[in-house]
Parts: sequence; C-alpha cells; structure tokens
Amino acid sequence: MRAAVPRTRGEVPWLRLASYAVLVAAALFYLLPIYVLVITGMKSFAEVNLYRMWDLPSRFSLDSFVKAWLGSATQGFRGLSNNFWNSVRLAVPATLLSAALGSMNGYVLSKWRFRGSDSLFALLLFGMFIPYQSILIPLVQVLSRIGLYGSIPGLIFVHVVYGIPITTLIFRNYYATVPGELVEAGKIDGAGILGIYRSIMFPISMPAFAVVMIWQFTSIWNDFLFGVIVTPRPAVQPITVALNNLAGSYIVEWNVQMAGALLAALPTMLLYIVLGRYFMRGLLAGSLKA
Amino acid sequence: MARETVPVQIQSVPAPRIASRRWPPSADRIASVLLIAPSVLAIAVFVYGFIAFTGFASLTKWNTLRPDFTFIGLANYARLFSTVRFQIDLHNTVTFTILFLVLCLSLGFGLAVLLDRGVRGEGIFRSIFLFPLALSFIVTGVVWRWLLNPGSVELGSTGVNQLFDRAGLGFLKSGWYTDPGIGIKAVVVAATWQLSGYVMAMYLAGLRGIPEELREAALVDGASEVQIYRHIIVPLLHPITLGAIIILGHISLKIFDLVVAMTGPGPGFSSDVPAFFMFDTTFRGNYFAQGAGIAVILLIMVAVLIIPYLVFNLRTETQR
Repeated sequence: MRAAVPRTRGEVPWLRLASYAVLVAAALFYLLPIYVLVITGMKSFAEVNLYRMWDLPSRFSLDSFVKAWLGSATQGFRGLSNNFWNSVRLAVPATLLSAALGSMNGYVLSKWRFRGSDSLFALLLFGMFIPYQSILIPLVQVLSRIGLYGSIPGLIFVHVVYGIPITTLIFRNYYATVPGELVEAGKIDGAGILGIYRSIMFPISMPAFAVVMIWQFTSIWNDFLFGVIVTPRPAVQPITVALNNLAGSYIVEWNVQMAGALLAALPTMLLYIVLGRYFMRGLLAGSLKA
Repeated sequence: MARETVPVQIQSVPAPRIASRRWPPSADRIASVLLIAPSVLAIAVFVYGFIAFTGFASLTKWNTLRPDFTFIGLANYARLFSTVRFQIDLHNTVTFTILFLVLCLSLGFGLAVLLDRGVRGEGIFRSIFLFPLALSFIVTGVVWRWLLNPGSVELGSTGVNQLFDRAGLGFLKSGWYTDPGIGIKAVVVAATWQLSGYVMAMYLAGLRGIPEELREAALVDGASEVQIYRHIIVPLLHPITLGAIIILGHISLKIFDLVVAMTGPGPGFSSDVPAFFMFDTTFRGNYFAQGAGIAVILLIMVAVLIIPYLVFNLRTETQR
C-alpha cells in the first residue's frame, strides 16, 4: 500500500476548494447524529424541547444520563446500568473464548492442512453469512433442552459458536503469511503440534488477536437479534435489547433515550477511538490482497 | 456494527502441505483433527443441522405453540407468497437493496477518490466517515428515529425537517418514515449513514494499491484525469466493487435491528422487511412453520448471492 500522493499538478484552485467543501459537508452528515446524541444527553430536563433539538444546552447537566442509567421508580422504568454490566459479562468472556478457538482453527487450517481441510474451511465460512433467522427456531429449542436458554452463559455460548467462522478466517489469513519454515524448524527441534503453537505461533499472534478481539467485542456488544431471542427476561438482557425497550416506551423522555443510546455506544466508541487502527485492519483484513 | 460487515477475501496459503496418506497417522496429525473437531462439530450442528431442521419445520403444520410435525408440503410457502404483508416485504427488500447499494457505492467511491487525491487532515476525515460503523444498529435506529421525526403541522417541524426550515430549504421537508410512500427509504438513509464509510475504506485501500506508475504512464500518454479514472482506475477496482456489493447486498437482505429500532413495520407495512416478519410471526405469533418458511426464503436469497462468490474466491486461492 502506498501513502497518499498529492496529485495537484495543474489542478484548478477552485476544484481543490470544491473537494474540501464536499468533504466537510460529508463530515457534517456523519457527525450530525452524534451532535444531537451528545447535546441532548447534556441538556437539563427543563431545557429539553423537541422543537429546539439543534440548540446547544445553556447549562451542562448530566441528569439524563443519571436517569437512563438508574431508571425511575416513579415513572416505572428500569435503568440501563444492570444491562450494561450484563453486556460486559457477556462480551468479555465470549470474545476471549472465540479468539482462542479461532486461533486454534486458523493454525490447523493453515499449517496442518489435511485432505479436505480446504472444503471444510469453505463450509465453516458459509456460517458467517447465513441469516440467523434460519437457525433461531431450533436454537431456542436446543438451548432450552440443555438449560442454557434465557441466561448469559447461553448467550456467550451462542456468540462463541457463531463467531467461529469469522475468527477462523481472520486467524487463517494471518497465519498464512507466516513462513512454513518456522513450523518446519519447530518440528526438527522435536516440538509437536501444540508445542509449535505455544512457542512459535502464539507469541507472534498478537496483531491477529487484537484484530479478532476488537472485532468480536464490537459485534457481540452491538448484537441485538441473539439477545432479544435468547434472553426474554429484562434482568438478563444485554444493553442493546434494553435500549430498544427503553426507546420504544412512551413514558421515557426523549433526552433519556438519547442518553441511553450514548451509554450503549460508549464502549465500542472508545474502542474505536483508542484502537481505530486495528479496527480498520479488521475490516480490511483480506478485503484487499495483502 | 453489523457482524456482517466482514471481509471475504481469503488469504492464500503458500506451499499447500497436504498430508500423505500415511497409516497409522502421526500423533500430530490426529491432534490436528482433534483440535478443530469441536468447532467443526459445532458448525455442523448449529449451522447445517439447524438449517435442515428449519427447512423441515417449514414443510409442517407447526403453526401453534405446541409442535405439530404433520407434513403438508409447500403449503406454508404457497400461503406466504399470497400474503399481502410478505409481498410488501419482498418489494421493500428490493427497494432497500437497490437504493442502499447505489448510495453506499457512490458515496463511498466519491469520498475515497477525494481522500486519495491528498487532502489535509485525511486521517480525521477518514475517522469521521468510518466512525458510525462502531455503533450498533439499535443506537443508529434510536437516533435516526428522532432525526427523521417529521414533527407536526400545529407544533412545527422537528429533526432534519427543522434544519431544512432554518436553512430556508423548507421544500425538502418530508414525512419520512411516517409517510407510507417513503417508509423503507427512510431506513436507507440511516443504513447509508452507518455503512457508507465502510465502502469508502474499501475503495481507499484499493486506490492506494494502484501503482502510481500506471497513472503517470497514462498521463504521459496524454490521458485526461477523467479518462484515467474511467479506463484505468475503475476497472482495476472492480473486485472491490464486487466485494462491496456482495457484503452490502447480504446485509440488506438480512436487515432487522435497524428496522426494529427505527420504525417497526410502519404504516401499511411500508417499512416492514422479511426478517422482521419472521421474528414477528414466529416469536410473537407462534406461527413457527410460517416463520421457518420466511427464514428459508431469506437463506436462499443470501446463498444465491454468497455461494458463487465464496466458491470463486476459494478457487482462485487454490489456483495461485
């Protein structure tokens, strides 16, 4: 990949100005919802008015966030705090588990290929594109049968299983760039399949782990479908499901909904801001030939 | 972010090491199979087994809470296709897919070209364009529901309509998702907001991969800037366009969360989609066989899009 090369030779100045104008206009379009989200969340209840939604708050207030977080006994709705922690308890273990599984699978499917392993990989891969509607009905039945329905461990299990294709793909792509000689050298030293993984592959896997973990954490945190299907009880629901309930309720004020949306978005937003580099890499992992 | 925004290009594995048919197999060989066995088993059951079950359920009379596996052939499908709601849903899916693809591809390509030409603050622009991808469709839906809330005639306009009013562009005001004539198209706005940055990133990476010498050679040959894009750059970016179409296309076939959070089925099902109908009829109405039928139709649509692409990708990999 080459760096940006300014191609401005012989370019008319107004054309350059126009491209900046377009870029700034586009940036405004992308930032507009964020602006509303943030300023509405910071308005005090006295100032919240749908007909003045674009106006900046005159006084900084965190009332909406407090209410979205704690709920309101008088209005009779639950806050998001409990669901926020549900999402943490869901996303962290599910992310770690699926990264571990993906790493193992990617290692075997790139460095220990066997007859039919490529077809097997293709069959695994298809699993990441299916509309999950096509597995939901038996999923609910099976989870109830094995006692995982309606619980966070059940959701963890589901996310780990349906995360296998993408995590395997990213790790396999990554390990494919590791020279086979490293594995051969390990074999000559008498190391077995696990020994080579532990002493050679795992230590150089950190970039792939970073990409996969950011990827999985974001997907799992933002998931709604599995959450709404697998956990019908509000006390165990992840934050996306709770936010949707909050936003669909007529008794909850508009600014509280916005504050709730910001709370639900916060972890992945921070992740993006701090580790945006890896985020990009995850998105593009392979969508261009490295 | 949608889990679906995934790369599909598959890295080639150099020097294929296909194990010789040695018997008995070495301990490592056995271990390698054992290591991936749990994943393979899980996918076999939870993807393929479950799909088979759903397919079977769609051929039964199970339209009550209590399972009834009496085989009735394709009756559920026949009824689905004659259901007005499902007809509207399919129509909405087509509208959504076309608009969403056109908007995302043109916006994504346009922004990538502008950024690629070397602007100050490229990193900041890129981060802003890509940022919505980090959010969940639910958050996007909640925000856009208020932004595209038209307000009322008596009390005045709200959201984007109000911005139009203030900018003197009142003629652009619209009823958005409350207008049955617009319905799903309002959801396209939010979906484009969320995913066009992804297309921009794909195209930008593609543009950066085109050697500078190619453009220079064309310039020397007297080609104009526009000709270079038309005859050299756009053709070279075809694989990326195809990849983007496949990924965005299958997202739009499956779109669900965004509709739930933003509009629901809307007036006269004007923003309803098959995935929402499936959820509604199965888990709220207990019409399991009908829901299974919708799921199978969705799966077939996605498979028609994805399988040729996957096969093509894996073929080219083994050829390299």
